[in-house]
Amino acid sequence: MTAIAIRPSGWPTTWTRPVLRVVLGFAVLSLLGGALDAPDLFSRGGLSATLRFTAPILLAGLGALWAERSGVINLGLEGMMIVGTWFGAWAGYQWGIGAALVAGTGAGITFGLAHALLSVTFGVDQAIAGLSLNLLAAGLTRFLSSITFASVPGGSITTSPAVPDVPTVSVPGLDLLLVPVEHAGIPVLSDVAAVALGLLTDVSVLTVVVVALVPFTWWVLWRTRLGLRIRAVGERPEAADSLGVRPWRYRYLALAVSGGLAGLAGVYLVTVASSLYHEGQTAGRGFIGLATVIFGNWNPWSVTLGAFVFGFTDALRTRQEVTVGVLLAGLGLLCAAVAVRHGLRREWRGTLLFGIPAAAMLGWFWVVRVVPSEFVSFAPHLTTLVVLAVARQRLRPPAALGEPFRREGDA
Amino acid sequence: MTRLRGLVLLLAAPLAAVVLALGVAAVVLAMVGADPIGILGDALAYGLRPATLVAVANKAIPYYLAGIAAAVGFHLRLFNIGIDGQYRLAAFAGAVVGAAVTLPAPLHVTVIIIVALAVGWGWAAIAGLLYVRRGVNVVISTIMLNAIATGIIAYLLSPSRFAQQAVGSNNITTATIPETGWIPALSTPAGDLNGLVVLAAIVGLAYWFLLNRTTIGFEVRAMGLSTRAATIAGIRAPRLALLTMAASGAVAGLVGLPELLGASHRYGLDFPAGLGFTGLSVAILGRNHPVGVAIGAFIWAFLERSGQIFALAGISTEVVTILQAVIVLSIVVGYEFVRRLRVRRIRRFVALATEGVPA
Repeated sequence: MTAIAIRPSGWPTTWTRPVLRVVLGFAVLSLLGGALDAPDLFSRGGLSATLRFTAPILLAGLGALWAERSGVINLGLEGMMIVGTWFGAWAGYQWGIGAALVAGTGAGITFGLAHALLSVTFGVDQAIAGLSLNLLAAGLTRFLSSITFASVPGGSITTSPAVPDVPTVSVPGLDLLLVPVEHAGIPVLSDVAAVALGLLTDVSVLTVVVVALVPFTWWVLWRTRLGLRIRAVGERPEAADSLGVRPWRYRYLALAVSGGLAGLAGVYLVTVASSLYHEGQTAGRGFIGLATVIFGNWNPWSVTLGAFVFGFTDALRTRQEVTVGVLLAGLGLLCAAVAVRHGLRREWRGTLLFGIPAAAMLGWFWVVRVVPSEFVSFAPHLTTLVVLAVARQRLRPPAALGEPFRREGDA
Repeated sequence: MTRLRGLVLLLAAPLAAVVLALGVAAVVLAMVGADPIGILGDALAYGLRPATLVAVANKAIPYYLAGIAAAVGFHLRLFNIGIDGQYRLAAFAGAVVGAAVTLPAPLHVTVIIIVALAVGWGWAAIAGLLYVRRGVNVVISTIMLNAIATGIIAYLLSPSRFAQQAVGSNNITTATIPETGWIPALSTPAGDLNGLVVLAAIVGLAYWFLLNRTTIGFEVRAMGLSTRAATIAGIRAPRLALLTMAASGAVAGLVGLPELLGASHRYGLDFPAGLGFTGLSVAILGRNHPVGVAIGAFIWAFLERSGQIFALAGISTEVVTILQAVIVLSIVVGYEFVRRLRVRRIRRFVALATEGVPA
């Protein structure tokens, strides 16, 4: 618990190792995919789907980060995302994408402020405040759908009419350069080209904004006076208060930003990730966003990595069952490698912990080859659970996380 | 006199919440162009008819069980969002086992109940273990387990596995449990009351007894009041958290039984979902007290049932969901307000009593 892997500046201390691992993993999977005939493992479409599924989780993760850095666990993130989807769709189908952004983000901010009112001003338990806001969001949107979408052509009580899309951009010239390589059928290299094309061409403008929000969040929280104060309030609210930094004010602000980001995530879901609102669309992504913050040790860069992992598994549902099988085999190999490493060091518990899942995954792949779509549907959730369970618990959350702030003498 | 004031304070919050919620309902109804007072009056009149009240009670039984399941966890600030997955998985397992075995009546029902208890217990224990051993937040792990349970049921509930196409509909269900595995309804002059009301009462009593009359209950309450004091007194927090989480799951396993044993006798695509979230709200309304939760469950069911009158007036029945959310929101604020008033009173009392006494 005491070791801190992150410098105060927020940069990971060692970045070469993770990058090397990603490159190695990529090469192994690419070869595996080629050998086992999994056509869409690193296809252009698969990669852009991953990006589309990563962005909302990343937004939710950044939203959770803002709130938690100020000392508030925002379990209402899911609800803020829900109102984001509804208001985004409602404004979007009538007045276009600009209105969708304003309305969805605004709804999220409103709910963020409501959370602050409950948890900061009234001192209600943070978890209960968040959960009851989720309830309100679900009830409110269902009611609003029944009086709006239900009577509009193309809409119903659970779905909105089609919402306009966000324009896309590409890195110019990349198509000409890489498309031949993509189709040349060279092992690994063609896959690299496909990945580059998937990530850099026909990318939604909103996705670019989301990606830009990561360095922006880092810059504000670690490089500005405002960020320092927010983090101070999350670590030692009493100390901050004694120096004239009013914890309430910064928690209100952080929750408003948090809600706004979650609302934006909702707008992203109805505009870029799909083209309409439907009930239950957020499917727990707000909570997955919360998990990325723990995974990412309250640091925006690692949160991004976590969001990518979850987005990747979330996007599996768009792929062929064969490809998911290959990924399962890849994961099995990874676990087997870790088990062997533990075995060489004679750490038998670790060997068992990774060996059993490795055997199960490789055995499944050997016998069945494919993963049924019902199982793919919970892949991101299972990944969340497994990652949280096996991740080294060398975490350092903000010290005052979850604790309401009251001045001494106040009841 | 002091006791009376305490009681007034205790009741003030829920009453204020209901009044506030009715006010919000009136505003919403007026906004959609209806006569609020007339409609709310109609809804109340409809809700208080004996036949409706029996229907409300039937609806309230699973809500109560879910509420108790949530309340068990609340004592240790373990927010078991996973009640939803726990009861659906438990009911599914109960339905499959119940349809597969042939047993005399009392034994058959017992087997199904035990299967449901065990599955709920086990599914929640995963979250409990992850929390205790790996420090994984219970809210997050149980949400994930809900999604996983949904996927597992979707996989198993298919005609090639544990289910069959229902005759004359799109529904896919497990085989029907033989009649020895049914629990008969209690007939009342106003209609049939689900026989599982007895089980709910037993669970409520057991909850009260375990919490207030046993060592483990004492430990749970002590831990809930002050983790530090309880730990210093030698209560092992991890063991208690795991036990509580699993117990919450076991109760959650029973939530689907009123439907399974008392009504549909099989698990299908149309099996009620989302009762877990109702349970959380109901437990908050009832402040984790066995009787309070019962009142909360009844109010919740009453709102849903009597709200059906809105449809007759051409208004969306979804108004009710807003009503429920407003009630929960205002009640948590109300309870917090009352708590602070109390603390202030105690402080004043202590200050008066110790006046002039050197520190």
